[in-house]
Amino acid sequence: MADPPRHLLAIEGLQPPPLTALLDLAESYVLLNRSGQTARDLLRGRTLINLFFEDSTRTRTSFELAGKRLGADVINMAVASSSVNKGETLLDTAATLNAMHCDLLVVRHNQSGAPNLLAQKVDAAVINAGDGTHEHPTQALLDALTIRRRTGRIAGLVVAICGDIVHSRVARSNIHLLTTLGAQVRVVGPPTLIPAAIERLGVAVFHDMAEGLAGADVVMMLRLQRERMIGGLVPSAREYFRFWGLDAAKLARAAPAAIVMHPGPMNRGIEIDSLVADDPARSVIREQVEMGVAVRMAVLDTLARARPKLRND
Amino acid sequence: MTDLLFTRVRLLDPASGLDRPGALLVRDGAILDFGGALGQPAGAEVIDGAGAVLCPGLVDLRAALGEPGFEYRETIDSAALAAAAGGITTIAVLPDSRPAIDDPALVQFLRARGDATGSLTLLPYGAVTRGCRGEALAEFGLLREAGAIAFSDGARAIGPASLMRRALSYARGFGARIVQHPEEPSLAADGAATEGELATRLGLPGIPACAEAIMVARDIHLAELTGGMVHFSRLSTAAALDLVRAAKSRGLPVTCDTAPPYFALNEMAIGEFRSYAKLSPPLRAEADRAAVAAALADGTIDAVVSDHQPRDADDKRLPFAEAAPGGAGLATLLAVTLAEVHGGRLSLTRAVALLTAAPAALFGIAAGRLQKGAPADLCLFHLDRAWRVVAGELPGKAQNTPFDGRALEGRVIGTWKAGRRVFG
Repeated sequence: MADPPRHLLAIEGLQPPPLTALLDLAESYVLLNRSGQTARDLLRGRTLINLFFEDSTRTRTSFELAGKRLGADVINMAVASSSVNKGETLLDTAATLNAMHCDLLVVRHNQSGAPNLLAQKVDAAVINAGDGTHEHPTQALLDALTIRRRTGRIAGLVVAICGDIVHSRVARSNIHLLTTLGAQVRVVGPPTLIPAAIERLGVAVFHDMAEGLAGADVVMMLRLQRERMIGGLVPSAREYFRFWGLDAAKLARAAPAAIVMHPGPMNRGIEIDSLVADDPARSVIREQVEMGVAVRMAVLDTLARARPKLRND
Repeated sequence: MTDLLFTRVRLLDPASGLDRPGALLVRDGAILDFGGALGQPAGAEVIDGAGAVLCPGLVDLRAALGEPGFEYRETIDSAALAAAAGGITTIAVLPDSRPAIDDPALVQFLRARGDATGSLTLLPYGAVTRGCRGEALAEFGLLREAGAIAFSDGARAIGPASLMRRALSYARGFGARIVQHPEEPSLAADGAATEGELATRLGLPGIPACAEAIMVARDIHLAELTGGMVHFSRLSTAAALDLVRAAKSRGLPVTCDTAPPYFALNEMAIGEFRSYAKLSPPLRAEADRAAVAAALADGTIDAVVSDHQPRDADDKRLPFAEAAPGGAGLATLLAVTLAEVHGGRLSLTRAVALLTAAPAALFGIAAGRLQKGAPADLCLFHLDRAWRVVAGELPGKAQNTPFDGRALEGRVIGTWKAGRRVFG
């Protein structure tokens, strides 16, 4: 068997066994977390640094909680892009982190590939917490775990990922993960928000929401950022909501028990209607957040196990 | 200066069709004679070529040299070392330096700096627009008088059609070519890779391949409208090459070149965000790469240029979209082109023509030929000798080669500038 991967930079390239193993481990952490217990011996003496070049309270908090529940020393470093402009490069930052003997480095960056670059230079195991429009692996894992717990499987499900696909790292990671585990993935959105050759990733492309949602078991909505409208990719919020926003009428085209997901934060009234987002029978958006902590515990645990202990304790 | 006699060389002069074993004699820095067998003058230094190819020193129509303004990347002296190691004795220098080459004094300065190296003739491009800013036209007449060989805004495309029309029209009066960066800027804005599956997988902003053909089509129309001469530098797509092929068949004054990455690499060289493979124009899909290789052989492409764009580690060790585009190309120009010969797709004569006589003829440069009485700018290379490109071990300062790790066949073993050995 191959060596366990040192980093988690992308879902692309991972095979079903390690993905399933991560989901299974995460499942056990769901139970642990719900029982109110922790596993503070697992990462005791390990240092986890959350290095966020882009704001994200939600993801950072989730990693912070995951690290603490496993007993790691967690440090948050928010690096505004302005201080990077002061002349410190990403690689200067890497050198600093090496000097701090960081074990696990969680990186969020607005540039695709930034975690790959860091991973070449830091001693720590690097976890990509979202890089540009490339990947967001732990989001895809938490989405998969949520789906699996709700429906009991992933293989054979029809999953419609809707909205701004072109700028979405969440979409890319989910496409890789869900197709690898045997789901049928559709992407739905206006042509200006669908990236070139996306069908080569094994998905079907729909521009009509009703067609794209027909019979879907999972409806995954993506956030539409306001600057996309300024950039002229979509003329207006109201037009976007009319054609690609998820409301009850459009959701009625999906399978009767279809679940609704959103990686957050939501733009209510732009990509999703509040009635749908808050419908406890359909929306699993809050559960996604809970799964996020468990999945991140599984990732931290797995990568830490693959590393030699730096110190005795 | 003692006489210099090359013996047992394969004399190769594409301009005259010469390709035969023989000898060549240099006296006082000029070619005195060459042929099947030459007598050895008393006291002559003899270079035994042992079958290596002796051809004209290479003429490179496109390189940025870092100087003036970007000396941390490359200087003229360091570029001269790289050029000599690559068999290059004449370089057309891009004008988008800092300051831009938009003043006659700067043209003269660059020519003098080249001569001062003793190994390299530098032929500056004049800027099309002042400061290469894409606004007001530069002084083509005065720049031309000072020795500018053609006009270009370097890595920047001449964007507005009205500006290109005026540039072509005005340059025509001075018999000068406009050299275009063939990329529609509004489609290329912020792009880091060719749009398609790879860019989508990597989450990189894409540039559609047709940004090239759109600009080429437009400029062919403008060349026809104005009677001006347009030259497209680094063509990289099948569609653009088809347009040039058709324009040439109609007799329009349209020419083009390409650079080795576009026939030797495709976009997969980017791999997982390898910024050394970030070029402008970006590397293309395999079908386009193959079309460029085919266009070398069929005559659509008039020259192969190094497109040397020196970058230092800080320019490149950045997330891919933020890294500076461009690759070092002087030292690998010949050997990567020879790979097409070894692959059986290009004759040796045609390959060497694309690097010597053809580019010289395009811009009316007195170089690129084996000619009695001409300065002895010579390149001696071993056709089959293998070597490996290693970033960090290239001659000169710039190490940002997109060919890092590549095994090549064909190595320069000596370079002479006006009869003086400058490499080997």
